[in-house]
Amino acid sequence: MDLQTMTYLAVGLSFSLYIGIAFWARARTTGDFYVAGKGVHPVANGMATAADWMSAASFISMAGLIAFNGYGASVFLMGWTGGYVLLAMLLAPYLRKFGKFTVPEFIGERYYSRTARIVAVICLILASITYVIGQMKGIGVAFSRFLEVDYNTGLYAGMGVVFIYSVMGGMKGITYTQIAQYVILIFAYTVPAIFISMHLTGVALPQLGLGADMTGSSLSMLDKLDLVVTDLGFKQYTTQVMGSKLNMFVYTLTLMIGTAGLPHVIMRFFTVPKVRDARATAGWALVFIAILYTTAPAVGAMARLNLMETIQTGEVGSPEGNLAYEERPQWFKNWETTGLLKYEDKNADGRIQYYNDKSEAFASKAESFGWKGNEMVKVDRDIMVLANPEIARLPDWVIALDVAGGLAAALTTAAGLLLAIASSISHDLLKGIFAPSISEKNELMAGRIAMAGAIAMAGYFGIHPPDFAAGTVAIAFGLAASSIFPALMMGIFNKKMNRAGATWGMIAGISVTMLYVFQHKGIMFIPGTSYLGDMSANWFFGISPNAFGAIGAAVNFAVAIIVSKMTAPPPDHIQHLVEDIRVPAGAGSATTGH
Amino acid sequence: MSDREAYWKANIRLVAGCLVVWFIVSFGFGIILVEQLNSISLGGYKLGFWFAQQGSIYTFVFLIFFYAWRMNKLDRKFNVHED
Repeated sequence: MDLQTMTYLAVGLSFSLYIGIAFWARARTTGDFYVAGKGVHPVANGMATAADWMSAASFISMAGLIAFNGYGASVFLMGWTGGYVLLAMLLAPYLRKFGKFTVPEFIGERYYSRTARIVAVICLILASITYVIGQMKGIGVAFSRFLEVDYNTGLYAGMGVVFIYSVMGGMKGITYTQIAQYVILIFAYTVPAIFISMHLTGVALPQLGLGADMTGSSLSMLDKLDLVVTDLGFKQYTTQVMGSKLNMFVYTLTLMIGTAGLPHVIMRFFTVPKVRDARATAGWALVFIAILYTTAPAVGAMARLNLMETIQTGEVGSPEGNLAYEERPQWFKNWETTGLLKYEDKNADGRIQYYNDKSEAFASKAESFGWKGNEMVKVDRDIMVLANPEIARLPDWVIALDVAGGLAAALTTAAGLLLAIASSISHDLLKGIFAPSISEKNELMAGRIAMAGAIAMAGYFGIHPPDFAAGTVAIAFGLAASSIFPALMMGIFNKKMNRAGATWGMIAGISVTMLYVFQHKGIMFIPGTSYLGDMSANWFFGISPNAFGAIGAAVNFAVAIIVSKMTAPPPDHIQHLVEDIRVPAGAGSATTGH
Repeated sequence: MSDREAYWKANIRLVAGCLVVWFIVSFGFGIILVEQLNSISLGGYKLGFWFAQQGSIYTFVFLIFFYAWRMNKLDRKFNVHED
C-alpha cells in the first residue's frame, strides 16, 4: 500500500469515528447544543478540554516555530500552559458557582448591564474569529498536504469539512468526539517523536531525548544543533531570543491571560457538576496538554536538525557538501506541490544552499564558497510537524497518522470556537437582548447561520493569513486578554467594580490592542493598509503586535478602576451575588432561565 | 470576622502563594534569569532553557493539583463545601 492510500485510510477511519460518535450523541435541545450534559468525569472532561484547546496552532504550527526560533519560542510553551494556572485559581471555580452558559451572560449579570453584555459579545466575537482565521491556515496546510493540492484548494476543502462538522454537532456531540480526537491527536504527535528521539539519541522519551547525547557520540543533541545552525550563520538555537527579553516577557503574559479569557475554554467550566470538579478539570486538562507541550520542544529541535542535515549533507563550503536538487527526497517534492516550500537555484550549481544570508558575519564566507544567497526561498514554518516524520524517513503508517492527527487538532478547535461564536450571537444577542421570545428551534437555526458566516469570513482571511497559524492565534489571545479576562477577574475579586468601570475598561483595552495590531498588520489584516508598516523599528518598546494584549489588559484594569471610583458603586444585590460566588456551598446546576 | 470572610482571606493567601511560584518558574527562571541559569547544565540541557521549555510546565501541573487539594481542605474546614 502506498503512502497516499494509507493517508486516506487513516483520515477516513478517524473521521468516520468522530462523525459516528457525533451522530450517536447529537444535540437535541439548546442545552445540549451549548454545553455537554452533566456527569462527565473531570478526567474525561479534562481530556476533552485539552483536545478543544490544542488546535492547529499547537499541533501543526508550534513545533515549527520552535524549530526556527529555538529558545525564543518558549513564549508559546509557557504562555499556553501557564494560563491554566490563572484559569484554575482566578476564574473557573467561581464561574462554575455562578452557573450560567456563556461569558457575556456572566458579564451582563455581574455588571447589571445590557451594554456591558453587548460589549462582551463583540469582544468575544472579535477574538474568536481571529482565532478561527489562525485555524484556517493550519487546516489549509493539512488539507493541501493530505489531498496533494495547492494551499488555496486545500483551504476550500477544509472549510467545507469544518462546516459540516460543526453544524451537525454542538457541544454534547463534541465532548465525546473530543475524547476520541484527543487520543488520536496525542498518539499522532508522540509516536513520530519517540521514533525520532530513539533514532537520534537512543532515548525513547522525547522529553529526555532532547537533553541526551547523540547516538555514538558524547555531544549532546542541543549542543550539536547549536553547532550545526551557527555553522550556517543562523543564531544559536538555545539562546536566540524573540525580539527582546522584554518582548518575550510581555508575549508570555499575553498568552497566559488570553488563555484565561477565551470563551471556548471558559465555557467548559460553567457546567462541570461541582465547583470541586472545576478545579480538578483544569488540572487534568493541563496534564493532557502538557504531554504534547513537553514533547513539542523535542519535535522542533529534532526536526530542525534533520532538515539541516538533509540539505547540508557534507562539510560546509565543500563543493559536494550540499544536496543536489535532482536528488531531493520525496517529501521535498510533495511540499513543493503545496507551494509552501520553494527552491531557487541562485548560483546555478544544481545544489541546494540553505543558510542565513542576512548574517553579515557569514556573508564573506558564503561568497568564498560561491553561494549567491539562501536558495530555500520559502520554508513555511507550519509544514514542519507534518513533514517531520517524512524527513526522518519513518514508516508510512506513522506519516499517515500524523496527517490524521493534524486534521483532528484543527477541526476540534475550529468547531469549539464556532460554537462559541454561534452561542454569542444566538443566545446572547438574539435571545438575551433583541428577541427574548425566540423559539428554541429558531435560536438553534440562528446559531447555525452564524457559524456558516464565521467560517466563510475566516476562510477569506485564511487565504491571506496575517501570520503563521500560531502567530495569528496569538493575536486572538491578545484580544481576549485585553478585554474579557480583566472584566471577569474584577467581577470576582473586586466587589466594588461597577458597570461603567467594566464597560469602559473592556472598550479601552480591546481598542488599544486592536489599533496596535492594525497599525502594524493592516486594518482588518488587509495587506497594504498598515499605516506604520510591520516594522520592528516602530514597535512600542520593541513589543511585537502579537504580544501586545498584556499592555491592553493593563490599560483595561487602569481605566476600569479609575472610572469605577468616579461613578456609583454597584447595588447591594450585586455585591451579595459576588459574595455568593466566592463560596462553593449551594452551587446548583447550570440553567438557561433568568 | 465571619467564616465566609475568613475563608476568602485564606483562599487569597493560598492563590497568592501559588502565583508567586508560577511567576518565579516561568518569568523568573525562564526569562529574566535565563542567562545566569544557562551556565548550569542539567544533563544535556542548559538549566534556563530547561525551565523555559520543560520545567515551568511541570511546575504548573503540580501547582493546580496542589491548589485543588488545599482548597478542598479549606472548603471542609470552613464548612462551605458542596453537598
